[in-house]
Amino acid sequence: MPVLFGFAAIIAVIATALALTRLNAVHALLYLIPSLLAVAVAIYALGAPYLAALEVIIYAGAIMVLFIFVTMMLNLGDAALRQERAWQPGRGWIGPGILAGLLLACFLWILIAAPPLAAAHHLGPAAVASRLLSTYIVGVELASMLLMGAVVAAYHLGFGLQRKQSKGAGRGQA
Amino acid sequence: MSLLWLIPALPFASSFVLLVAGRALGKRAAAWLACLAILASFLFSLVVSLRLFSLPAGAAFTQVVWHWINVAGFQPRVALYLDALAAVMILVVTFVSFLIHVYSTQFMLDSEGYERFFAYMNLFVASMLTLVLADNLLLLLLGWEGVGLCSYLLIGFWYQDEANGLAGRKAFIVTRVGDTAFILGLLLLFNRLGTLDIQPLLQRAAARWHPGAAVAEVAAFLLLGGAVGKSAQFPLQTWLPDAMAGPTPTSALIHAATMVTAGVYLIARTHVLFALAPAALMAVAVVGLVTLLLAGCSALAQHDIKRILAYSTISQIGYMFLALGVGAWSAAIFHLVTHAFFKALLFLAAGVMIQAMHEEHDIFRMGGLRRRLPLAFWCFVFAGASLAGLPLLTAGFYSKDLIVWSSWSSPLGSVGLWIGALIGAFLTALYIFRLIFTVFYGPGPERHLSHLPGPLEQWPMIVLGYLSMLAGFIYVPGALPFHFTARAVGPGELGSEIVAGAVFFAGVYVIYLFTLQRPSLTDALMAGASPRRLRDFWFADWGMDWLYDRALVRPTIRMARAGKADVADRAFTGIAAAAQALNRALAPTESGLARRYAGWIAAGAFALILIAVLR
Amino acid sequence: MPFWGLILAAVLFILGVAGLVARRNLLIMLVSIEVMLNAAGLAFIAAASAWAQPDGQVMFLFILAVAAAEVAVGLALVLQLHHLTESVDADAASRMKG
Repeated sequence: MPVLFGFAAIIAVIATALALTRLNAVHALLYLIPSLLAVAVAIYALGAPYLAALEVIIYAGAIMVLFIFVTMMLNLGDAALRQERAWQPGRGWIGPGILAGLLLACFLWILIAAPPLAAAHHLGPAAVASRLLSTYIVGVELASMLLMGAVVAAYHLGFGLQRKQSKGAGRGQA
Repeated sequence: MSLLWLIPALPFASSFVLLVAGRALGKRAAAWLACLAILASFLFSLVVSLRLFSLPAGAAFTQVVWHWINVAGFQPRVALYLDALAAVMILVVTFVSFLIHVYSTQFMLDSEGYERFFAYMNLFVASMLTLVLADNLLLLLLGWEGVGLCSYLLIGFWYQDEANGLAGRKAFIVTRVGDTAFILGLLLLFNRLGTLDIQPLLQRAAARWHPGAAVAEVAAFLLLGGAVGKSAQFPLQTWLPDAMAGPTPTSALIHAATMVTAGVYLIARTHVLFALAPAALMAVAVVGLVTLLLAGCSALAQHDIKRILAYSTISQIGYMFLALGVGAWSAAIFHLVTHAFFKALLFLAAGVMIQAMHEEHDIFRMGGLRRRLPLAFWCFVFAGASLAGLPLLTAGFYSKDLIVWSSWSSPLGSVGLWIGALIGAFLTALYIFRLIFTVFYGPGPERHLSHLPGPLEQWPMIVLGYLSMLAGFIYVPGALPFHFTARAVGPGELGSEIVAGAVFFAGVYVIYLFTLQRPSLTDALMAGASPRRLRDFWFADWGMDWLYDRALVRPTIRMARAGKADVADRAFTGIAAAAQALNRALAPTESGLARRYAGWIAAGAFALILIAVLR
Repeated sequence: MPFWGLILAAVLFILGVAGLVARRNLLIMLVSIEVMLNAAGLAFIAAASAWAQPDGQVMFLFILAVAAAEVAVGLALVLQLHHLTESVDADAASRMKG
């Protein structure tokens, strides 16, 4: 288990770092997917198989797919690539890099100075479900309402766009 | 007698109605209401005065309206006191006010704020009546302040023009200096005598203080300070010429007949106290003499018709003060009455002329109005003659010459005062006839006259004209069936009257010579540099405005400006400046770039974590 | 091992922060946000594993729901901005400056 965890951790970090430094948006997304899968393996190694599955299904399977759909829809093309080259942070990584370094140092200090943690406990779906649907039932309802709200908002935001697009197309505008 | 309270109450009530609902009432109703209130006041005054005079001399009547304050032994009441002095005053005030109100109904017709004007005028009359009828000095102070307020409101009546507001402010501030002295005097009197009710106060003062006592002198000087301010005497006379910025009926009522005489009334009312303070009394006489000479000279150099009349008022009140200062109390009041008549008439006639000449005030731009405005001409002649003291025919002669004679004959008088008064009479004849000859004779501008006076303006002037002639006979023995006092005229007085008459004719002849007969003399006189400098000096009221400006006004303004930026102010403006500087420093952070905001959030989160960790 | 889970979560989180501040492409920024959310969820799971309480896993579920909702709306907004400015430049939408 620890070995699995270590392996998955290394892959996750490398993949994420690569994802965030790509010029092409699609490449970035594609690099993110193995990152998420690696995180899923790490979660499994920590004794949460149910959530590892959910990570793959929802995060990598739905959210990332949505991302890819929208990126494809935007159809950014070569011009965008050239723009990305122009936007390349280069020296722009220094500031965020320092910030990230400081933040990491902070986290590490907290974690190291804290009392040692126990070993991993395995908590299966049953344990999660029993807790989820009893104590946190209200949260479940709220989450579902949130998702409905998101669907409505996305619909309205997209619908106006469709109208604008069709109107623009009708007038011969791009 | 129980009608006494109605005399001030009716004008107060009508003023209140006009202030609140004047616009709704409209011009006609407002004019009727205002005039009827004053007329009612006059009729009630007549009734109570006749009742009073039917009683033996020296009678008085007090009516307590309500108990005002009751604090630790200080118990002024709102009470009205009527004796012969008060009766004369209320009769004069209500009668002249009534005539001026009737005149104003037509005169002010074109002005905006018609109803507001009558509200203020009625409020003024009510305050003046309160002042005159007051039983105690605190109520008198209330009336005193009320007339000051109304004077300010009416001087700055046409407030859209800033100059009028400034003139009103000047009047208020200068009289305030006097009012401060007055209030200090009241405090001193209450502290030493324990009451402000006038009659008990005077009795206690006479009982406790010997003549010349220091406290009596100080109190009398302080009261004199108040009188000097309100009556525009030297050195507080600078406000009255500027107060001519107000409407002419206001100048006629307030600044000729009534408010400026409040100082004379105050001294006459408290004359027992002044009798205990010989130094103060001499100061009264000196102030009067100095003022009448100063103002006479200043009037001679003016060319604005209303300013000439304003200086004339200052000068005539100087005569009243002179009379008070030599102990001739009733002579002062007599002159107050006759002066009210002819000075009001002079102002009303001047108003008619100003309106007819399209708001022209400069006498050198008027001329030859004798045939075009005959009523104004004859009014000016009668009133001017009364002012200058045309012998035997005019009221002014009798009252002024009584003062001139008293300034020598009275135990406190002297030859110097007598000569000074005669010089003043000479100057009076000079300036008033200079005005008459310049305006009514000689060539005039070929201008079409705008407003000719209507009946409501003419009749009050005619009535006042008759009174300017006849009012003097009340005091002359044997002239009328009833007289106030029976008086015998001794040889000394006769001699003084002859000299005064000669002075009058000399003055009229001199000015006739210089103005009409041989104007080249005037040009020759004015060709030199020193006569011109003297004239400019007198034009500027002996430099008093300049002096006050340099000595008092400018330092005060400088101090106020310095005080605006002093340490305490800097502390507050410093806070504001610091906030603005902080804003300017932080504004660039609001760049609108979402990434930067995210970076700042991360940095902030880092800082918080650091703080939490390090604790 | 949960300790190392937390370390992993910290590293992924700061990577996400750096990416969010440094990159200008809106899509990559949204990806960074997802990375951060993921890292936070991983921290919860590590905690749940350490304390043997499923509450942490429940929190991760909620985070998942929130991330999904946020992505949906965020991408719709990106589409709107793209329609408005013909690019996915985050700095293009800076009219609220000053």
